[in-house]
Amino acid sequence: MKFNRDRRRRIFNWVASGLCFLCVVVALIPLVSLLYNAFLNGLHILSISFLISAENPVGICVPGNCSAGGIGPAIYATVVVVGTAALMSIPAGVLAGIYLSEYGRNRLGRVISFFTDVMTGTPSIVVGLFAFAVFVYFSRAHAFSALDGAVALAIIMVPTVTRTTEEGLRLVPNALREGAYALGIPRYRAVLQIVLTTGRSIIITGAVLAVMRAAGEVAPLLVTTLFSPQGFTGFGNPAGLLGPVIFFYATGASPLLVRAAWGASLLLILAMLGISLAARIALRNRYK
Amino acid sequence: MLSRSRSSGRTISSRIKRILDLTFLGVTLAVALGLLALLTTFILVLINSSHLTLIRYGISLLGNPKWAPSSNHFGLLPFIDGTLITAAIALLIAVPLSLGIAIFLSELAPRWISEPLGYLVELLAAVPSVIFGLWGIFVLVPFMRTSIDPGLARANASVNHALHVTIPLFTGPILGSGVLTAGVILAIMIIPTISSISREALRAVPQPQREAALGLGATRWESTRMSVLSYARVGIIAAIILGLGRAVGETMAVTMVIGNTDYIPTSLFSQGQTIASLIANEFLSTYASPLAASAFLEAALVLLLITLAINIGARLMVWRLVKTTGGGGIE
Repeated sequence: MKFNRDRRRRIFNWVASGLCFLCVVVALIPLVSLLYNAFLNGLHILSISFLISAENPVGICVPGNCSAGGIGPAIYATVVVVGTAALMSIPAGVLAGIYLSEYGRNRLGRVISFFTDVMTGTPSIVVGLFAFAVFVYFSRAHAFSALDGAVALAIIMVPTVTRTTEEGLRLVPNALREGAYALGIPRYRAVLQIVLTTGRSIIITGAVLAVMRAAGEVAPLLVTTLFSPQGFTGFGNPAGLLGPVIFFYATGASPLLVRAAWGASLLLILAMLGISLAARIALRNRYK
Repeated sequence: MLSRSRSSGRTISSRIKRILDLTFLGVTLAVALGLLALLTTFILVLINSSHLTLIRYGISLLGNPKWAPSSNHFGLLPFIDGTLITAAIALLIAVPLSLGIAIFLSELAPRWISEPLGYLVELLAAVPSVIFGLWGIFVLVPFMRTSIDPGLARANASVNHALHVTIPLFTGPILGSGVLTAGVILAIMIIPTISSISREALRAVPQPQREAALGLGATRWESTRMSVLSYARVGIIAAIILGLGRAVGETMAVTMVIGNTDYIPTSLFSQGQTIASLIANEFLSTYASPLAASAFLEAALVLLLITLAINIGARLMVWRLVKTTGGGGIE
């Protein structure tokens, strides 16, 4: 009797463990399918000329030219707009993170830290509309512009950069700070030269991941940068970034453009895989 | 003694040091406060830019089912419905899966298996939403249309027939795109959020908690169920709420598979629209009319307030947890 019950419990243990493993497998099926389809549909189109040549926004074959065109302008626009967003958000995020980690161990610091966390959950489309509303208020002519999009992306990036900086700097041992003070180094220099340099790998990783996420954003750009087949033509004009290109090509009717969308997606996926692997290797066993 | 030899220069330089120190503190504090100001500005700007519809209709838009901007009908009910239904489907699918993943990775699997598998699951979170949308259009929608939806429709029909009821869950034309598919794609996207935060919550459970159960003769699973899961309950609930927040605000993937019709879904096969997908789809074609632009901004305001409430609730739970268990690396 007792023997039977124990065996039942052991079997149940194995069944439950097996079901949990099955959950992992089920969750990974979409990832595998997505990667497989991206490589299957995108790899053969990914070439140097695809990466640098101009777009063929019409997406139809004309005699002598039956290609999907390239995504050169979109890549350029992405680099410019996301780069501008990074220039705005990374210094701000790092400074705020420094405050939270070095000076903010009080009620105010905790409140700011809390709401920064909350801000990371703000839907990006709402951030886009916010940027739009602000730009419309000041200048209707520039409501849809590359600068508008850069501001939206910067707002999306700031909370992430702030929190990773805070977390990264908190991992720096206090002994380093105390050592610096003991040598008579002023606090700001101790923070900038010792704490910041010691924690830099985590800050850089966080910033790179934030940039990568911004590079794949679409929703806020639909209401800010709009779209332009020329890519980037100035901060006051609409711009066509990689993400929106994928969206418009994927939802368009032309099979040529759909192929280009897969190619652009594969490019983003490869960049994402490379960067997240690099980040993982860079942070491996650090401060553990 | 060492300092006295240079004491004349020292008072000046220490004053400069102090000024620089305070300046640095001031700058970092100002930027940090700027973040709080940003969030406040956010809400104020959205209220201000939607004042046209706020004054004219107030919050009655939330309960109004008719959306037709050309005739000044700005009911948001279909989109609130769409948002709630897709998020509910996503949670129904994602919560059990994510809990299974979190339990397997933190309790059952040895480290050399859980590390790479956990990394793969978190890769799902790094895939841009629009790429999920592209995959959704060309892989998931056809798959749902041919392999999943017909079976569900048959099951629904036979249940209705057997019990003499009319459950309208899986009825109507099978298009592949629609509310159900949007819920499935949302589930895939929130699994990494829920599973990784639940994992952290499980990891924060003290080891003696497990050992006590194992020492009484419990199997691995019994120890997990009885002493680990109950201990990590608050963290897991917070993880689920954060997943809900992500599902509610997710835009592109949903926009690309939900079908984008402005009506209240009549079954899970119906096409529909979420608040986020409404903005992504229709803002450009209608923003030129001030009243319509204001209605969109009111929709954005509603979405912001919903996600703020969700996130504040979940973060409060996580923070209280961190305080009571003394940390444990829960973010």
